[in-house]
Amino acid sequence: MYDWPILSVVTFLPLVGALLIVLMIRGDDEVAKRNARWVALWATLVTFVISLLLLAGFDSTSHEFQFVEHKAWLGEIAAYRMGVDGISLPFLLLTTLLMPMCILASWESIQVRVKEYMICFLVLETLMIGTFASLDLLQFYIFFEGGLIPMFIIIGVWGGKRRIYATFKFFLYTLAGSVLMMLAIMAMYWQAGSTDIAALLKFNFPPGMQTWLWLAFFASFAVKMPMWPVHTWLPDAHVEAPTAGSVILAGIMLKMGGYGLLRFSVPMFPDASAYFAPFVFTLSVIAIVYTSLVALVQEDIKKLIAYSSVAHMGYVTMGIFTLTQEGIQGAVFQMVSHGFVSGALFLCVGVIYDRMHTRDIAAYGGLVHRMPVYATLLMVFTMANVGLPGTSGFIGEFLTLLAAFGRNSWVAFFATTGVILSAAYALWLYRRVVFGPLEKESLKTILDVSPREMASLVPLLFFTILFGVWPQPILDACNAAVNAIVARADVAAGAIKAASLVLP
Amino acid sequence: MYYAIVFLPLVGFLIAGLFGRMIGPRASELVTTGLLFVAAFFAWIVFFQTAFGGHDGTVELFTWFASGGLDVKWAIRVDTLTAVMLILVTTVSSLVHLYSMGYMHEDPSRPRFFAYLSLFTFAMLTLVTSDNLVQLFFGWEGVGLASYLLIGFWYDKPSACAAAMKAFIVNRVGDFGFALGIFAVYMMTGSVSFEQVFASAPALMDKNILFLGHEWHAPTIICLLLFIGAMGKSAQLGLHTWLPDAMEGPTPVSALIHAATMVTAGVFMVARLSPLFELSPTALNVVMFVGASTAFFAATIGCVQNDIKRVIAYSTCSQLGYMFVALGTGAYSVGVFHLLTHGFFKALLFLAAGSVIHAMHHEQDMRHMGGLWRKIPFTYATMMIGGLALTGFPFTAGYFSKDAIIETAFVSHSPFSTYAWTLTVAAAALTSFYTWRQMFMTFHGHPHDHHHYEHAHESPLTMLIALGVLSVGAIFAGMILYPYFVGHDVDHFFREAIFMGPENKILEEIHHIPGWAKWAPTVMMAMGFAIAYWMYVVNPAIPKGLAKRNDGLYRFLLNKWYFDELYDFLFVRPTKWVGTFLWKQGDVRVIDGYGPNGVSARVVDVTNRVVRLQSGYLYHYAFVMLVGVAALITWFMFGGAH
Repeated sequence: MYDWPILSVVTFLPLVGALLIVLMIRGDDEVAKRNARWVALWATLVTFVISLLLLAGFDSTSHEFQFVEHKAWLGEIAAYRMGVDGISLPFLLLTTLLMPMCILASWESIQVRVKEYMICFLVLETLMIGTFASLDLLQFYIFFEGGLIPMFIIIGVWGGKRRIYATFKFFLYTLAGSVLMMLAIMAMYWQAGSTDIAALLKFNFPPGMQTWLWLAFFASFAVKMPMWPVHTWLPDAHVEAPTAGSVILAGIMLKMGGYGLLRFSVPMFPDASAYFAPFVFTLSVIAIVYTSLVALVQEDIKKLIAYSSVAHMGYVTMGIFTLTQEGIQGAVFQMVSHGFVSGALFLCVGVIYDRMHTRDIAAYGGLVHRMPVYATLLMVFTMANVGLPGTSGFIGEFLTLLAAFGRNSWVAFFATTGVILSAAYALWLYRRVVFGPLEKESLKTILDVSPREMASLVPLLFFTILFGVWPQPILDACNAAVNAIVARADVAAGAIKAASLVLP
Repeated sequence: MYYAIVFLPLVGFLIAGLFGRMIGPRASELVTTGLLFVAAFFAWIVFFQTAFGGHDGTVELFTWFASGGLDVKWAIRVDTLTAVMLILVTTVSSLVHLYSMGYMHEDPSRPRFFAYLSLFTFAMLTLVTSDNLVQLFFGWEGVGLASYLLIGFWYDKPSACAAAMKAFIVNRVGDFGFALGIFAVYMMTGSVSFEQVFASAPALMDKNILFLGHEWHAPTIICLLLFIGAMGKSAQLGLHTWLPDAMEGPTPVSALIHAATMVTAGVFMVARLSPLFELSPTALNVVMFVGASTAFFAATIGCVQNDIKRVIAYSTCSQLGYMFVALGTGAYSVGVFHLLTHGFFKALLFLAAGSVIHAMHHEQDMRHMGGLWRKIPFTYATMMIGGLALTGFPFTAGYFSKDAIIETAFVSHSPFSTYAWTLTVAAAALTSFYTWRQMFMTFHGHPHDHHHYEHAHESPLTMLIALGVLSVGAIFAGMILYPYFVGHDVDHFFREAIFMGPENKILEEIHHIPGWAKWAPTVMMAMGFAIAYWMYVVNPAIPKGLAKRNDGLYRFLLNKWYFDELYDFLFVRPTKWVGTFLWKQGDVRVIDGYGPNGVSARVVDVTNRVVRLQSGYLYHYAFVMLVGVAALITWFMFGGAH
């Protein structure tokens, strides 16, 4: 499409920004801090604008990888391969969109080691974009796991009081998963003789091997999603992370798990995916009901939203493993929408946290009197979180549930109770924080949303409503790619059905 | 024209909502009210074109979402059923807008109030004009949101916030069923658009659906699931608890949302889906049973409430039950008829009650009122008209529609027909009783609160105009429209908007019922009046004595059959308990305890032991070495033997 390697540019531009900060900015005074912020903001903004060119040049009717780049690297074993299709492009754009907002959200709340903070975020952006754009298994692994390091540092250095515990838990969980995935990647290389994802997508792994490979990949992605019962790192990580860290964590890093399932597990191991679908359904339904109930009784705003994220990711895994067009498209949409909505919710929490320095629900109440604009914004995002039709939160939930009903009505029945529970916890939170009389002395001087905060929240508001009313752009983008996955899954399902017919 | 009707309220919402602070409350009021009057004007034109001119029409806007076999479009579909709803919604809404200009006069957040009202109207219009189940769901949830925002409009009051939340969550329980119903429809017919669903409906007759491990008759399970949604929105027995609490909202809201329009969405839905419901006698029986039970149950509670708005709220609940009885007998047009007339006279009653409350400076307890008719004669007159229409006084609107419902119950062939007839007739007596009790307590007798009484004053003109217009509707709507909804013009009037199976002859049968059955409700009405007159005018000591003698029954009714307490015990508290249990025991103790914390604790244990080995004493090391050498030799000896 373009005669320059656009994907590499988008991927490594933030890294260039980080280098600029390293090389150009000296000292730790106010000027240096300001410069570091501006460099980071510009780097992310330019990245975002360039990534829009991807959208312009993208052909959504094709399920092939586009903007493909290929450079030799590591001789026979692996190469540098980049490319996107309809599944990875939405996530890539989501990343580049959320990043400037994160920088804005950290503008004033981060005052120590600003330079290092911005470097971490820029490196993180490179790694995340790289994850979605990689077309080589080993390269994917490096980006995927590499993303942990800056996030680990962000939580560990700029986090809250119990940040060490949170980082350690975060690391322990993800480490366990990634070791298994590494082994699986090696096995795949020995079996297929290549780490090229495009080639692997066409390779048929023997069914027995698929089971093990599927389990190994699943271990890693399930932790990332996170799925019940390996979700407990997420609430702690969210609670301790700085606002922007939470936004990235909920908005993008959780999606890597879902993306991984769609890129590797389902298309590469279709037999195993069909075989394990009931297992995933069970975990998803438990996640939806269990974490919604837990969210209901939380006393910490961020923890509540973190648990609600786990519940929403339950819809994603459920949708993916229906192995139908509606379910998978719904899952992709749910992930993108959750990126906006949970990102916005964490930004909203950040707004009041910056003012009051507490996340205790009980410390708030009656904010609407002093912060009407904030109350309005939070209302829209809360409703999107609840899945109100007309907001982007509805489409994904609806499609995944619709698909699940076709597979198994029990699954749909229990998963649909999530719509009741989500309304309960979200509205109860809203009532305790925003409604009621303004009685607490400390809140009486609180100020409404500043223009800088508006700049990060209003675009998200716009997308939340736009994609609620007109979700078709995202659905169209992933249509062809999902179609290819479903076709492959159907073949496998047909094989299983045939096998079961042979057996008595 | 269709666009204008649906989108003008949205424009009003956006203007008042986004720029309300800039343009000020007065301008917000005028803009939203003006736009709604324009929409109402168009709606009447469309009504005449559609219902009498025979012009049905569907305008497709654009695809909302499409995936796989699913294709959902934004559309405006207008047929007679929709047109009837359009005039009801826009007329009542524009009058309520007008009325609110007077009623909310002192409130500082008027722009917000009017924005919400217009948002509600927009959502309600998308609901009634939808041409598929998902857009219906959009409107359904949209009105739920507006209702939530308006009930919680005075967010300072904890009771208002609680009521708002309760309304939303209880409605969500209904939506849970509704959503599953949509999924089931899609699974069985491969579509969600009305046209295609109805086209394939007859084929569903002999199909079964696997739901929750059982094979069920497909139309029955689909209709029952959808009906759960209708029960939530229309506050039917079991899911009714939110409606009385919703009275925390400003009174114009109660009139618009919780009497005339939103709560009737469930009735509209069943009527709209008549091609599906016709396939399942079981589902219709359930509809009738629930409706009749609600009609009676809510009426009993209405008899002992002391809050002027709550009496009307329970009355609404009860009247919605009537509508479902009609639907359950298969007389969909009769249900819609009562929906329409009820919309007018119940909105009138609420607005008149609001006028009383306004006059009494926001006093709502009827025990503090009395003798008000001298002070606010116009309000008294209009409330009297509303009351007469509600009780079914001959030739008022309610007389035609409610009696027609009781007649359908009488002639129905359903096993619940006697049950429904008995309860609806009994409820007619109760309705008359509580309505007259309310009138007597409020307007007659002696003033109980002299301070408020002295300051009572008639409401401003904007409010009185709304009352006047609705009074006209409450008197004449029934008389004029009877032939089209119950009489001989039904087929011609509704055409394809309502489907009735070939065996469904209920509309003919009700014209041949015995005289005693026909006059039973009217007799009941007179009896209710007589008892109320006797108890509250002739001998006001009786109610207290009765309450004292039947203390148990009185408390049972006063506490609304203890539904709230029961639900709190059954659902609310266990849910919180389970949540806490899963969090503290599940997440913290089991998963974290055996997971990361457990693993790290074991690692620390092991390292501690290893540390102890490194004691620094030479003979310890020598001993370990010796053991190691011994082990090595042993292994080689035995291993080498093979």
